Amino acid sequence: MAASDSTRSDKMVALEVFRYRPEEGEEPFFQRYEVPYVDDWVVLDALNHIKNEIDGTLTYRWSCRMGVCGSCGMMVNGDPKLTCAAFVRDYYPATIRVEPLNYFPVIRDLVINMDDFLDKLTEVKAWLVPKEEKPVSEGEYLQTPAELAKYKQFSMCINCMLCYSACPVYGQHPDFIGPAAIALAQRYNMDSRDDATDERGEAIFSHEGIWECTFVGECSQVCPKNVDPAGAIQQAKVTATKDWYRSVLVPWGKKKAKTT
Amino acid sequence: MTTEGTKSKEYIRPMPSNWWLKRRSYFLFMVRELTCVFVGGYALFLLVLASRLGDAVGFVALLKNPLVVVLQLIALPMVLYHTVTWLNLTPKVLVVWRGETRVSPILIAGVHYLAWLAVSVVVLWIVLM
Amino acid sequence: MAKSNEPIWWSLFSAGGVVAAFFFPVTILITACGLSFGWISGEDLHKLLQHPLSRLYLLILISMPLFHWAHRFRYVAMDLGLKSLSSVLPFVCYGTAIAGSGMAVFYLVWL
Repeated sequence: MAASDSTRSDKMVALEVFRYRPEEGEEPFFQRYEVPYVDDWVVLDALNHIKNEIDGTLTYRWSCRMGVCGSCGMMVNGDPKLTCAAFVRDYYPATIRVEPLNYFPVIRDLVINMDDFLDKLTEVKAWLVPKEEKPVSEGEYLQTPAELAKYKQFSMCINCMLCYSACPVYGQHPDFIGPAAIALAQRYNMDSRDDATDERGEAIFSHEGIWECTFVGECSQVCPKNVDPAGAIQQAKVTATKDWYRSVLVPWGKKKAKTT
Repeated sequence: MTTEGTKSKEYIRPMPSNWWLKRRSYFLFMVRELTCVFVGGYALFLLVLASRLGDAVGFVALLKNPLVVVLQLIALPMVLYHTVTWLNLTPKVLVVWRGETRVSPILIAGVHYLAWLAVSVVVLWIVLM
Repeated sequence: MAKSNEPIWWSLFSAGGVVAAFFFPVTILITACGLSFGWISGEDLHKLLQHPLSRLYLLILISMPLFHWAHRFRYVAMDLGLKSLSSVLPFVCYGTAIAGSGMAVFYLVWL
């Protein structure tokens, strides 16, 4: 990851990084580092420089460094960002403040506990439940391009949790299922091969599900993959409402919840 | 570390009660939500007007009251903000597919804006004619 | 977690939001400025509102937006820190909307 000499200069940029070392003390603190300013670096490059050259104790998550794995989410100057997609030149010469993702417990330095999110993915059954189980020998499940289009946007989620860090409802009510989990539930609900909308409804058409959402919309603003979880949630509200009226006005109809 | 079987203490950052002042988008959200107070207030005002349908003098007196006029002039921009934010969000709720593509959100919102203008003109025309 | 009965309140909130969005600006314009600017006389407006369709218009513009206020206010009050009232807020808010709608029916339909 060493930059070529043509992009290095004598310029430096400062990072103020949130540190939390539970074995050393109860309170977190900020540590200031000066790294070279390289105009094609992202904040992740700066963090890697710190860890490799200055302070090996700095702890953080990262992987693909190209915006597809969802590992490197952190707060950069108060905004939830993938640090591999946040360019240092957009902040330079101001100091860059790096903190762990909002609204999650901090395990150490910039690493947060994401168990809550992972539990919610299980709760909403974020996987395909086919209408009919077919053995491979019977061939593929067929789907038209129009059927694919209906859920494709929601399938782009990389589980980076930036949306949870942007959502003030999640910040105040950690039992809120949250934007990504609901968007992923909708991804499967709207998949023509899937048949578990009714089952997922128990999780998402509940008080802790879509009905906690007050459509702040910040989740969709920060999503790096344009999943638009806010849109997914509003569509789910419409579906849940149609389903509710159907069950109240036509209670003898045994149809399961349909995703319209 | 893991062999010891003890979990280190996690740090929970408290959410401040003035969280909505910390970010421009949160603040605009709160303004949008608080327009409901003006919506509810004007609805109650209409209720008072309705209660005076049998009393022409009291009805006109209420409408001519300067304080009542001023309160409505304060409510008007708030209600307009409700209208604009509401119409702008219609594409998120009204999703229309034509084959593999979604009807443009701008078109969806645009149709709603035109309907709003049309309805307003019709109401004005009915009252003033 | 079970499926919630929230849809009834959310659909009333949505209906109220639509009614307020489409009809309130022009109606406020009329009631705030109509008499002061001489667009219409107080007596003429009073007569216009006696008509059954006007009464229906007023009924919708009172009832639906009250439910819009109720649902939104119930949530925003908690966002602003009134979490201690979370169990009583729904009753106060929806109760007010129901009472206001009832009074509107009384004045506009019954009388």
